[in-house]
Amino acid sequence: MKYINLPLTKDIRKSLKPGEELLLTGKIYTARDQAHKRFCESLKKGERLPISLKDNVIFYCGPAPTRPGDAIGSCGPTTSSRMDTFTPQLLSKGLAAMIGKGRRSERVKSAIKRHGAVYLIAIGGAGAYLARRVKKARPIAYKDLGTEAIHELWVEDFPVIVAIDSKGKSIFKRGGKDA
Amino acid sequence: MRKISSDKIRNAVAELAVRANVSLRKDILEALKKAQRSETKPLAKKTLALLIENAKIAESEFIPICQDTGMAVVSCEIGQDVHVKGDLTKAINEGIKQGYKKGHLRKSVVSDPLIRKNTKTNTPCVIHFKIVSGGALKLTVLPKGFGSENKSRLIMLKPTDTDKEIIGFVISVVKAAGADACPPFILGIGIGGTLDKAAHLAKEATLRPIHKPNPKSHLGRIEKQILSAANKTGIGPAGLGGKTTCLGVNILSFPTHIAGLPVCVNISCHAMRSASAVI
Repeated sequence: MKYINLPLTKDIRKSLKPGEELLLTGKIYTARDQAHKRFCESLKKGERLPISLKDNVIFYCGPAPTRPGDAIGSCGPTTSSRMDTFTPQLLSKGLAAMIGKGRRSERVKSAIKRHGAVYLIAIGGAGAYLARRVKKARPIAYKDLGTEAIHELWVEDFPVIVAIDSKGKSIFKRGGKDA
Repeated sequence: MRKISSDKIRNAVAELAVRANVSLRKDILEALKKAQRSETKPLAKKTLALLIENAKIAESEFIPICQDTGMAVVSCEIGQDVHVKGDLTKAINEGIKQGYKKGHLRKSVVSDPLIRKNTKTNTPCVIHFKIVSGGALKLTVLPKGFGSENKSRLIMLKPTDTDKEIIGFVISVVKAAGADACPPFILGIGIGGTLDKAAHLAKEATLRPIHKPNPKSHLGRIEKQILSAANKTGIGPAGLGGKTTCLGVNILSFPTHIAGLPVCVNISCHAMRSASAVI
């Protein structure tokens, strides 16, 4: 178990190994399907993104509504592969890591390697457990998207596992090959 | 003729929507505990322990087990001696709307599959009506998460195909779902009928408690073979390896046509949620 303070700098990324369990503390951003689509549309038009990607972490998550008095509602990861078409472009803009669940495409894996990023996974379906590790949350962009808006989360000891390291090595196997 | 007010139905649906989302089904929780005891790989053991802990937190803090509180599938079995006062379909949808609001459950439904505007109420829900004998009304709310729904598949096999082809197809679906659909899974399998009937049976099959044997022994044998083959894939909890890829396999069947053998696999993640009430 390794304690990591965010942002996730290149040096930290380089030190991470597949299968390593991490506890993240600091600021992360949620973004899922529609936010990714908007990011890439903005980049295509040459517009600035609403958040800086450099050394930052995107969490593929659409949290459940927050009850009064709580920091956030249930908030586990969603399936990463749906973001595969958008991810290489975000990595080229400096995105350090993504937190999700499940496998990534070959294209994403080689982009991770090319940019020295990492892919992290959180345990899917453990939204109630993970919510306890989020201390503050607020929507900061694309608010019209509701749960799919970009939320800024302050996490403390947020548990993730390194699924693809900065050299493109994955913990998932498919038919004996990395997947 | 027994009269039931639509208000009563609305309130029952609202309560079931919340209960299903915060309280993991007992048969699923027991299966997770049993799997946790039998896993030997440390990461698999730890992942299952975390899921058990997650269910405990959800229940005690009254928050959803998973942030994906699903598209609600409501099954409504109406006794033919029942007369519902008011609009039944509207009452069920209103119940879902109220339950999702009151329970702080996520609203994940968009009004049109292409325009994709969130309805902000998690309605409409999918409703299956069934007319049965008697004077009771049974409601079941099944919040279906889409991480696993997305990985569900249907195939029209040949009438000359056998158990072998069915098992082969199901295992290929399990492998394709892999880590993405939150294993360990519960597999609902519908065999027979028409294309739509097989899909409906597959969904309905997930409602049977997973420790209960199939009343049809030939199907029970296939369930066991699928369970054993799925757990040999090595996918494991969260796809991180281990012998627990599947917690349960439930098959429902229906007569079919001489020319076909429809098979549908509805995958559920480990957060298989449903709650029922009889009015």
